[in-house]
Amino acid sequence: MSATTSARPDETLRPGRIDAKPVRHPWRWVAVAVIAVVVAMMVSSFLTNPRWDFSYAFQIMQQTPVIRGLWIGTIGGTIGSMILGVVLGVVLAVMRLSDNPVLRFVAFVYTWFFRAIPRYVLLGLIGVGIGFLYSRLTIGVPFGEQIATAVGIDRDTFTFFGLDWNAFSSTIWAGILGLGLSEAAYMAEIARAGIQSVDRGQTEAAQALGMPPGKTMRRIVLPQAMRVIVPPTGNETIAMVKDTSLLIAIPITNELFFQAYGFGQRSFKIMPGFVAATLWYLIVCSILMVGQHYLERYFGRGFGAPSKKAQQQLSKIEADH
Amino acid sequence: MTTATRPAEAPLVHAVNVMKSFHGNEVLKGIDLDVRRGEVVVLLGPSGSGKTTFLRCINQLETIDGGRIWVDGDLMGYADKGGQLYRLTDKQIAAQRRDIGMCFQRFNLFPHKTALENVMEAPVQVKGVKKKDARKRGIELLERVGLGDKPAAYPAQLSGGQQQRVAIARALAMDPKLMLFDEPTSALDPELVGEVLAVMRELAASGMTMIVVTHEMGFARDVADEVVFMDGGVVVEQGPPSEVIGNPRHPRTKDFLRRMRAEEEEQAEAVAAALSVVQANIAGTGDEAGDAKATDPAAPADATPATTPSEPPAERSGD
Repeated sequence: MSATTSARPDETLRPGRIDAKPVRHPWRWVAVAVIAVVVAMMVSSFLTNPRWDFSYAFQIMQQTPVIRGLWIGTIGGTIGSMILGVVLGVVLAVMRLSDNPVLRFVAFVYTWFFRAIPRYVLLGLIGVGIGFLYSRLTIGVPFGEQIATAVGIDRDTFTFFGLDWNAFSSTIWAGILGLGLSEAAYMAEIARAGIQSVDRGQTEAAQALGMPPGKTMRRIVLPQAMRVIVPPTGNETIAMVKDTSLLIAIPITNELFFQAYGFGQRSFKIMPGFVAATLWYLIVCSILMVGQHYLERYFGRGFGAPSKKAQQQLSKIEADH
Repeated sequence: MTTATRPAEAPLVHAVNVMKSFHGNEVLKGIDLDVRRGEVVVLLGPSGSGKTTFLRCINQLETIDGGRIWVDGDLMGYADKGGQLYRLTDKQIAAQRRDIGMCFQRFNLFPHKTALENVMEAPVQVKGVKKKDARKRGIELLERVGLGDKPAAYPAQLSGGQQQRVAIARALAMDPKLMLFDEPTSALDPELVGEVLAVMRELAASGMTMIVVTHEMGFARDVADEVVFMDGGVVVEQGPPSEVIGNPRHPRTKDFLRRMRAEEEEQAEAVAAALSVVQANIAGTGDEAGDAKATDPAAPADATPATTPSEPPAERSGD
């Protein structure tokens, strides 16, 4: 430090542009070589082993049942169960943080139960188990049917709503219900972390302005919590795309993997079936990752570095000023 | 002070025997305070004296354990039905807070909303004002606090002083009868304090009733109608600034003011010391500059009282 300062008076001795040798990274070249060999092996397998049969995999990808399975089972199932999961999850998180001990306890028990049940088991339970207990699900006065029978009137007198469970459980709605209920338990924890990450001063500021608690949560706390909630929710969504392959436990056959695998199996070409499903999952998840990026940017507004648009607006304002 | 349980010719704020404990720790031990309309009251006192807690009790951000607080004739937080108090619901308390504006030490602007959106939020969401009208009023208020050119800026893009001024505009948007300021300049860099105080002076001059917790003695001296000195959860001394600040009677007030003055002087000394080092650095050339660097570590040692202002006064209080 002092050497440079003392060197200052003599113009000719002042150091000029830096022209230094960069640090060498020999291990990077080793890694590149290893990867090149592995890739070459894979390409060799693709070219020499006829069982890959990529053209047949592409054919499977375009089959109507596979496409229908993709839209209804995979995409429809993901969207439906994530909507149910997020809405129910936020409600559970708010319950968990409420002053009401009953609500807190209910939310805790829900989260505990649905986090402990594997999704495959839960889906089987919903699809097969409940149908075994009740072929027809009805909501009405407790013991209504027994009372009605005893009195001797129509046994559905005290029933307000009925659902044929066996018919319901073969539709995608049963899958959405099962996956959504399970997802809500995870989303509740994510939403709770998000809500708790918002500074207490924000609630106080809203309170001081006379905002009632519900509005404070909706207008002030939740939008800020979204910044913390969105990234893990994106991961959950991508995981859900893959978990729709469990819908066969219900069983729902209108689903991507079951259909693609079925095509491979029926023609004794197992691998093309797997490849077809894998490629579709890759495509859907890639699109979701792009969407996640834009969502994160939207909910991150006002935090960290301002967006380009905001910067332009600001510099314009400052130029006018 | 105990003349009326419910005031007839009521002052705007009428607090009687306010008590508050946190986990058995008594923070307020029976505070009485009357604030008339248009009056500016400054609460002074060392940290931990309970002044911020008392301020937060007025708009029910803290519930009180004893005593009563009326604002404009409304008993805060409770309904009195024939001597029996009933706790109000959160919604009813929210309604009571509408007419009381508050500014926080850490501003607490909504970071996901622009300056203008911050100001518009409460009138639109709480009072149901039309967005168009709220926007017009919001721009007027931002102009009033000197930020008419920054409606689209997010809080993170504003300086501390600018954020606090937006926070004042946000509170004013609800047309409050009373404004509470909780150390509004304590979190600010020294050069930004002035702009916030200027807005508060203008507000006081316009006739707003204000209760201000602050350490800015100049503001208290010039603007306050009444200065209340609190220590240990009680009001030690109160009166016009000329008396409480100019001619304090109670030893604790004297001690506090002496410490505040000493702090200011020490800060000034530290600034002067730092300046002289910087000047020496600038003046020094060649090898002399190296000498100035050698003295550099010594300079902050001289200035330590400024970096830890709370310690030397503690020694002094022992005198």
